[in-house]
Amino acid sequence: MLENIRLSFQGIWSHKLRSLLTMLGIIIGIASIISIVSTIKGTNEEIKNQLVGSGNNTVDIQLYSEGYQYTINSSADIPRGIYEVTEETREKILDVDTVENVTCYKERINSDGVFYQNTPLSSVAIRGIDTSYFATVGYVIRTGRNFIAGDYTDFRKVVILDQTAASDLFRNENPVGKTIEINSVPFTIIGVVDEASKFEPTIHSIDDYYTYVGGETSGSIFMPSASWPIVYTYDEPENVIVRATSTDEMEDAGKKTEDILNATIADPESEVKYKADNLLEQARSLQQLSAATNNQLIWIASISLLVGGIGVMNIMLVSVTERTSEIGLKKAVGARKSAILAQFLTEAAVLTSLGGIVGVGAGIGMAQVINRISGVAVSISIPASAIAVLFSMLIGIVFGFLPSVQAANLDPIEALRRE
Amino acid sequence: MILKLEHIYKDYLQGKMTVPVLKDVSLEVEEGEYVAIMGPSGSGKSTLMNIIGCLDRPTSGNYELAGQDVLKLGENAVASVRLHSIGFVFQNFQLLPRQSALDNVALPLIYAGVRKKVRRERAREALIRVGLEDRVNFKPTQLSGGQKQWVAIARAMVNHPKILLADEPTGALDSHSSKQVMELFRKLNEEGVTVIMITHDRGIAEHAKRIVDIFDGEISERKGEDR
Ligand SMILES: Nc1ncnc2c1ncn2[C@@H]1O[C@H](COP(=O)(O)OP(=O)(O)OP(=O)(O)O)[C@@H](O)[C@H]1O
Ligand SMILES: [Mg+2]
Repeated sequence: MLENIRLSFQGIWSHKLRSLLTMLGIIIGIASIISIVSTIKGTNEEIKNQLVGSGNNTVDIQLYSEGYQYTINSSADIPRGIYEVTEETREKILDVDTVENVTCYKERINSDGVFYQNTPLSSVAIRGIDTSYFATVGYVIRTGRNFIAGDYTDFRKVVILDQTAASDLFRNENPVGKTIEINSVPFTIIGVVDEASKFEPTIHSIDDYYTYVGGETSGSIFMPSASWPIVYTYDEPENVIVRATSTDEMEDAGKKTEDILNATIADPESEVKYKADNLLEQARSLQQLSAATNNQLIWIASISLLVGGIGVMNIMLVSVTERTSEIGLKKAVGARKSAILAQFLTEAAVLTSLGGIVGVGAGIGMAQVINRISGVAVSISIPASAIAVLFSMLIGIVFGFLPSVQAANLDPIEALRRE
Repeated sequence: MILKLEHIYKDYLQGKMTVPVLKDVSLEVEEGEYVAIMGPSGSGKSTLMNIIGCLDRPTSGNYELAGQDVLKLGENAVASVRLHSIGFVFQNFQLLPRQSALDNVALPLIYAGVRKKVRRERAREALIRVGLEDRVNFKPTQLSGGQKQWVAIARAMVNHPKILLADEPTGALDSHSSKQVMELFRKLNEEGVTVIMITHDRGIAEHAKRIVDIFDGEISERKGEDR
């Protein structure tokens, strides 16, 4: 066997140009498949990691009613039978093995009644948060300070702005130390937060997807949840954000948290229920869409593999005819049929595997070029590359079979008589 | 009795005509004999040799080799007979052009399943025996006609066959080299190898202990006093 492989390499090497031409079909086919697969995989990973996980794998579990997100704009909107998330529930959520971190917050979206001096700040979200909020969603303090235990225990009227709210209200001024009014109650600004890592999508083809990420273009103002009743209602329902242990576990973490929270709703018939955002699912259908178009490309590339395989068969048939006397001699000195068959099959398999390896290399190169030129994300798949090489080997064996059988069946005397 | 051919016929189909090449050939060879087959060109010498060497099958007749009815053997068994029992020196060398002399000689050993290292050793020994120790790594194209003939002889010997068949082994050689080939064959024969060679050179045939004439596909044997 090893001997056959060695001989195959010798044969390939002694007919460099012909071997290369034979392999060309395989090389082109494998290269196109690898570059397509790399592009699919790259796009999918980008969708998954950057858009879905936003880089930090958090899942929102919010109140929904009849398929729409349930927002509380005034105390009249507060659903009955749903209260603050208790410490006990919180512990339960934290016990879910796919949950790494959890935070609960109260929220008013599009709140009016927020003023700096006499300027109203329209469409700002106000959130009453616990101490783990910033850490969970991945916010860091840019200026000023974070909330401290005393802010909660003493019901201090302090707020932190996010970057958007800060620049909306204060332009280039430093907001720390300034006072804003929320529902006529003065709050002191103690800091400004911002996302730890800015998410900057590089995909061009899925602009539509921004709809999922967008939405939060207006600013947010954060206050300690303890201070919430000063301006709003006591014991309001909360939304929950959990951070999953990995992007792949987001769905699981979201679903389990959703179940735990819904179990706390006293009325089983309640129209308002917790529901976890399933960005992963949305992303998956998007991925499927991109995969569907690319699958067609893979079919086309497969045809070039088929053509490549036929090319291999063609060249091998020529090669068998050309090497009639070699085969005849080998049989004459005592080679069995099976030995000749093995020799030619090995040769075909080595040839096409080599084509496969070169093809994988070329495909990876092509993927990089695609990435440079069009900016489409690519990701090299090791298993796909391995399968591609194995598949080329298979092509060699399948298409090399007929020529090999022909070689093995040669009559030695016929072969030796030919000059 | 190592070889026993009985009423061997060989016809070739030439278009619609059957051309008889061997006509009722019967031949018995004892183990350890040294036989020369003589005849003019086209008389069927190579055809007969190919049948003896299990490369070709007669149209009809019986052939026993070492007591075995080789015409009834399966393909693999025949391959095995060719591999282990017979060493064949072909009329036109039949060397693999891209392989060195050593690899050419070692070829049968591959199919005998001999390890590479042992293969190379034994091939080298065979080449030394035919006096080509300084041409071991030469390709056939780099060898003279006579040297190619020696390589072909070395290959036939390398598996230590019981029977050595040589089709015109001196055809490409001058009288000096021819003498050396005859010397080697005599030695091999003394070592117990049954040697059968084809020649149309009377002088060469005289080296054999027994001469068989073939003329137009028919055999006649000269008995001792005719020689
Ligand atoms: N495949 C074949 N088809 C038709 N006729 C054949 C075939 N092989 C051999 N012959 C014929 O058989 C006859 C004997 O051929 P063979 O090769 O045995 O001769 P030879 O005695 O070895 O001659 P030489 O001394 O020239 O080698 C020739 O007339 C040849 O034309
Ligand atoms: Mg002849």
